[in-house]
Amino acid sequence: MKAGDLGELALRNLREAVLRSSLTTLGVAVGVASLVAWLSLGIGLQALATKRLSNSGLFDTVIVTQRRNPQSMRRPPAESSPAKNARPLDDDAKKEFERLPNVVEVYSQIRFPTEVRYDGTPYSTIVAGVPASARGNGSFDGIQGSFFSNSNADEAILQIEFAKDLSTQPSNLIGKDLVVRYVERQALPPQAGGRPGGTKADADTGGFSIVPREKRLRIVGIVETEPAAGFGGFGSGRLLIPLEVASSLRAAQVNDLRDAVRATNGKPVYTSLTVRAKSASLVQGIETAIKNMGFGTFSLQDATKSLEVFFRIFDMLLFIFGSLALAVATLGIINTLVMAILERRREIGILKALGAADRDVKQLFFVEASVMGFLGGVLGVGFGWLVGRAVTLGINLYLKRQSLPSTDVFSVPWWLVLLAILLAVLVSLVAGLYPASRAAKLNPVEALRYE
Amino acid sequence: MTTGDGVAVRAERVSKHYEMGAAVIRAVDDVTLEIRTGEFVALLGSSGSGKSTLLNLMAGLDRPTGGAIFANGKNLSEMRSIELARYRSRTVGMVFQSFNLLPRMTLEENVELPLRLAEVDRPERGARVQEALERVRLEKRLSHRPSELSGGEQQRGALARALVNRPTLLFADEPTGNLDSATGESIMLLLKEIQQKLGMTIVMVTHERPLAERFADRIAALADGKLLTDGVKS
Repeated sequence: MKAGDLGELALRNLREAVLRSSLTTLGVAVGVASLVAWLSLGIGLQALATKRLSNSGLFDTVIVTQRRNPQSMRRPPAESSPAKNARPLDDDAKKEFERLPNVVEVYSQIRFPTEVRYDGTPYSTIVAGVPASARGNGSFDGIQGSFFSNSNADEAILQIEFAKDLSTQPSNLIGKDLVVRYVERQALPPQAGGRPGGTKADADTGGFSIVPREKRLRIVGIVETEPAAGFGGFGSGRLLIPLEVASSLRAAQVNDLRDAVRATNGKPVYTSLTVRAKSASLVQGIETAIKNMGFGTFSLQDATKSLEVFFRIFDMLLFIFGSLALAVATLGIINTLVMAILERRREIGILKALGAADRDVKQLFFVEASVMGFLGGVLGVGFGWLVGRAVTLGINLYLKRQSLPSTDVFSVPWWLVLLAILLAVLVSLVAGLYPASRAAKLNPVEALRYE
Repeated sequence: MTTGDGVAVRAERVSKHYEMGAAVIRAVDDVTLEIRTGEFVALLGSSGSGKSTLLNLMAGLDRPTGGAIFANGKNLSEMRSIELARYRSRTVGMVFQSFNLLPRMTLEENVELPLRLAEVDRPERGARVQEALERVRLEKRLSHRPSELSGGEQQRGALARALVNRPTLLFADEPTGNLDSATGESIMLLLKEIQQKLGMTIVMVTHERPLAERFADRIAALADGKLLTDGVKS
């Protein structure tokens, strides 16, 4: 029989038993919806985690330090001592890093303790300088208010927990001013040594005095999670200011005392530099190149790989869990088609008497099964998507009540839509194997006798 | 041995035995019968004589357990399933006692069904259906479902369906069995007209001797699966 005729007859047969066909199709749809909902949750969570982590700056950056002594490897880079004859991490090195392919930017970390005065009350916290590039890399997605208007603006972004310390209504802080009290380094008369961030004189002397200073800043934004918190990021800063502003303050930093006594051949030396790659996948190449240049490096490449493996396993488990409903739906298809054989036994006999080959009968049942599978698949994808939207809506309502930014934990990519529909059709065809084969083997004489 | 010129179908020492536990039912037992092209043969016998089984074997609906049936020069019992289906589709037309029209389809769709199975092109189908329904004078009942037709009309519709693929052999199994005598006679007249106008070979199963004697060219009588008599009627 021609494909068009086969399709017409199959659709007619399904229409004749519309209630049973619809219920079976609905069963497939529920199975597919379950699969799509679970998998889209896994994919959504993976995308969310990847985005958050990639925005955190932990995965697309390489932290460069001077090469360390082996015995001090277990200590954090800032505390361990450089190896003998290690290359200094100075401006020359910084320029070399900037010239490496796939490097977006290279910057030093500026982080210093401060006392913040707001509404007459003092609060101790850490100030961190944020490079202007952070605006575009998604680190500040979901910010309340706005990012710094320019790289030299006297503006501040607060981390939400710190903002809550300042006010019970954090969002009211935007537009208000606060005062940052810090200690500024001031150069002493010429001696050997120096460090970046200080003046030329400072660099030449290697010694400095500290002077208390104040700076008035306008609060322009509040971030829920601290961007790039942790090692190599903007530190545990809870008050973020533009990197250029932080640099201009010449504030004394944690490592200043140690660096003041370290011999640096009269050139300013960085404690560490952050090298940001175009993407996380390019980090390894950059890291290798920098190591070959004689520096110590640190990145979270292995952690990224572990995360990927974790989500692969997580998705697989969700797939198995979601497939259970589809397996039950398969039994529904088998039941419907076996019932159809019993009901249409005589009809099959007539078809065979009129010249239908076993293959025609088999194909007819396969087409009926696949039509139910296809429709169930399409409906199931729709249901699955709706479930995802509903859950996302619920989650976001909860997050809103908790003053947290909205998020999308479900993701239905196009390949999942295709996969779900294909799987539904495939499963339906497998379910149709036994009934179709049984119908095709019916003896026409016996089938015609059936009342 | 194969069918030669002038022979439409030949059954050679054909048997169809069924095993039911320890017992063997000999539905058709060593029957040899030759149907010539254009002949109207009646298979006459009482219930259980094996006439319908023999008809089914010659129509390619069933396979014999012994002997051979030749049609178009080929042994049906040696044909593969797909070849047998093609034989039923292109060479054979079937009419049943209970009409066997599909109740969900209109008369037009029922008559069109063999054309779909034979993969006849869609544009040609309409004309073929119209032609078949005109032959049985049902051209005005195209869109009616079987339940909206009388018994005689349903059998005429079934006859149109049997003719639509232009077969050379028409097998009719008790075609008047479910009809009153007047309607049954009209169906028999139609069968006779088709035989004469189209030169078609007709094999009809019946248990009514008067009907067989009146319309058939030849009567083959069966009893207990065996051929009792085979000859041109007196």
